[in-house]
Amino acid sequence: MEKLMAALKAQIIEQLNLQEVKPEEIGDDQPLFKDGLGLDSIDALELIVLLQQNYNIRIANPEQGPEIFRSVRTIAEFITAHQNKN
Amino acid sequence: MGSDVWIGGGGVICGIGDNLPECIDAFRRMSTGAGVMENLSSALRSSFPVVEVKADNFTLAARAGLPSHISRTALLSLIAAREAWESTGLGDIRNYRVGFVSANTVGGMDKTEDFFAEYMKDPQQGHLHQVVNHECGSITELVADALGIRHHVTTISTACSSGANALMYGSRLIRNNMVDVVIAGGTDALTRFTLNGFNTLMILDTESSRPFDDTRKGLNLGEGAGYVVLVKDELSEVLRRGPWCRLSGFANANDAYHQTASSPDGTGNYLAMKGALEMSGLKPEQIDYINLHGTGTQNNDSAEGLAIDRLFAPHYPQVSSTKSFTGHTLGASGGIEAVFSAMAVREGYIYPNANFTTRMKEVPFSPVTGFSEGNKIQHVMSNSFGFGGNCSSLIFSMSTEG
Amino acid sequence: MNIYIQGTGCVSPLETAAEGPFPVVVNPSYEGARLKVSDPDYKQWIDIKQIRRMSRIIKMGVAAAKLSLAEASVEMPDAIITGTAYGCLDDTGVFLTKMISQNEEMLTPTSFIQSTHNTVAGQIALMLNCHAYNNTFVHKGFSFESALLDSIMILKEGNSRHILMGAMDELTNHSFNIISRFNRFKKEPVTHTELLQSTTHGTVAGEGAACFVLGTEKSDSAMARLTGLTTSYKPGSTAEIAADIIAFLAVHEIAQEDIDLLITGRNGDVEGDTWYDHVERTLFPNQAVGCFKHLCGEYPTAASFGMWAGCKVLSSGQVPADVLFKGKAPEKIKKILIYNHYKETHHSLILLTGC
Repeated sequence: MEKLMAALKAQIIEQLNLQEVKPEEIGDDQPLFKDGLGLDSIDALELIVLLQQNYNIRIANPEQGPEIFRSVRTIAEFITAHQNKN
Repeated sequence: MGSDVWIGGGGVICGIGDNLPECIDAFRRMSTGAGVMENLSSALRSSFPVVEVKADNFTLAARAGLPSHISRTALLSLIAAREAWESTGLGDIRNYRVGFVSANTVGGMDKTEDFFAEYMKDPQQGHLHQVVNHECGSITELVADALGIRHHVTTISTACSSGANALMYGSRLIRNNMVDVVIAGGTDALTRFTLNGFNTLMILDTESSRPFDDTRKGLNLGEGAGYVVLVKDELSEVLRRGPWCRLSGFANANDAYHQTASSPDGTGNYLAMKGALEMSGLKPEQIDYINLHGTGTQNNDSAEGLAIDRLFAPHYPQVSSTKSFTGHTLGASGGIEAVFSAMAVREGYIYPNANFTTRMKEVPFSPVTGFSEGNKIQHVMSNSFGFGGNCSSLIFSMSTEG
Repeated sequence: MNIYIQGTGCVSPLETAAEGPFPVVVNPSYEGARLKVSDPDYKQWIDIKQIRRMSRIIKMGVAAAKLSLAEASVEMPDAIITGTAYGCLDDTGVFLTKMISQNEEMLTPTSFIQSTHNTVAGQIALMLNCHAYNNTFVHKGFSFESALLDSIMILKEGNSRHILMGAMDELTNHSFNIISRFNRFKKEPVTHTELLQSTTHGTVAGEGAACFVLGTEKSDSAMARLTGLTTSYKPGSTAEIAADIIAFLAVHEIAQEDIDLLITGRNGDVEGDTWYDHVERTLFPNQAVGCFKHLCGEYPTAASFGMWAGCKVLSSGQVPADVLFKGKAPEKIKKILIYNHYKETHHSLILLTGC
């Protein structure tokens, strides 16, 4: 889980072009949207593609986004749960 | 200041008809346009329905009198613009100071896509004639040149409100006595670029769109072109059938909330509609019918609905989204819906909103579901909202002089 | 009604992205037949959270807009109107190439969203929280002029005090490569001091953003009056454009001799420059002539750089040596006529008066 979260942080920074943010500055449970990291609905769509590209997980309904992308930990848990399912 | 601005004619080509009478007939028959793509070639063919103009480029080129390798955006534009001009009965276009203000968002992208497939393999490859008309402005000039218009030619691109903004600028050209007549509206062809773009936003419906319905899932992309002919006072008297109506008010406002999404309460939408009412000198309860932007996305329809609620409650006009028939034709939609709205005033039409079953929980009103004619209509509002927070509203009014 | 230019902002191949006079050191870096914008540190105008999604044209446009608003001391304009012929080419290229190479799969929204032609105007509105009228013209060599005309017409209606307007176009590797295949650019090496004397075909490619705050009041910062504007689409001959210029001056009740400085869009292309030769020789034989495209390159909205340069001349009362092309700089400069054409098809006239 720790490894997955570290990888996710680097991927999020790259995908969203978060200049001047370092992976270690993103807390595992820090909210990613609004007051946290300041992401918005476009970023949520970018993250959906990130999961598809890097983890082969498809999210068909964008309304699931806010729940899954609450923090790096919730994303990692979602990925793990999904991979265990397969 | 200056002359009043009259609607002297109009023309439309879109997925429900090759000309305006055919479109009206489709509304009458409740015949919507969404289906499997036949002309566009895309990997998304089996994923999403689209509302295509039912003719290939060879057929359109023959009708337009242009070469078939020209962008479909220009072919559609010329067909609708010519219908609009001919409907006025003003005769030889060279006898007037004419402006052509045409909106589009894709330009010649349909051809640029083909060019890039070759160019990406080798930068010296790809036929240059496929990119020579890439720019939005080139599409306008191909059509202006074919029609013989030189006095004032320009292009507007503000995403999905482009066509409506073309009418505003055209109206100002007439009020400032720069030209006598303006053909104003918009055009857009379906392209892989826009289809894939909207797919990344996850706002395409896999079925026919259901604007202003609580169960709505997104929009269907369409294509087409629509133009009105704006004329000054003096010319309104020489029109074959007299003016259709008057462009009595318009406004553009910015939502200033997000690059693509509408603010939850539709601030920009509200300001545009309010501004148009102010220019026309009308009270909200005087509007008989609103041709909605009504794309069928969660976000647009709730924002637009709430803005209407705020401005019009408790006197809700009849409303409907003709995009439930034509699909969302992007840069063309403001032009196409301006023609429908002007026609609504002239003929007393109210257009149906297809695929409606369930009222949205956000608002206390529902769209009209059946076509009707012979209604007493004085004032019609047409809404067009786009990316970049761009919100436009137009008002068409019966001539007060009768 | 008078229309005043109350503030200007410019991002160009020169060090123009600052308030103040025309840059003293002029050394645009030519890379073959290509001139690139000298990028300022955009973070001085744009929040780090917003900048991450912005391609160069958006940053250039926003910077020019903010500079012009600051110079005019205007916080909230009553309209935002832009012109761009090509729009956001870089984002368009990114989305297009990915779409093709990935066979329409796994595409992301950012470059598509940002490719929309009105992105710059929309971003400015978003940053200013400006709910006012917002429009974007995308008509080749008339994109800037149409935006200017829209601004003038709206100011004349009397409900707006300040309009933020401007034009921007970016050059990308793809667009430079493709336009080069149309033989639009010089094949031989060239410098900014030699370009205008060139006797060969083609010009140099350029890019940039220039914004203006227009208003109806003669504010403290007002540097010029925008006295007139007209365009001519595909004029048939040099004689026709000369007649257009005479008619244009007559409408504004100005004699040819009253023009203190003619600024032309001369770009070193031997065919296109014949239009300017004719106008200089037949209409303004005794006047000083200035040029600007050796400094910003050729692009469809380059006339906006020309108008920016004209404003700098009027505000300082001096013609920079790098701008002066012909004749002796006049001692007093009151009236400037800018005559530009793009590809010989889109001709425009802009009349500026000192205030």
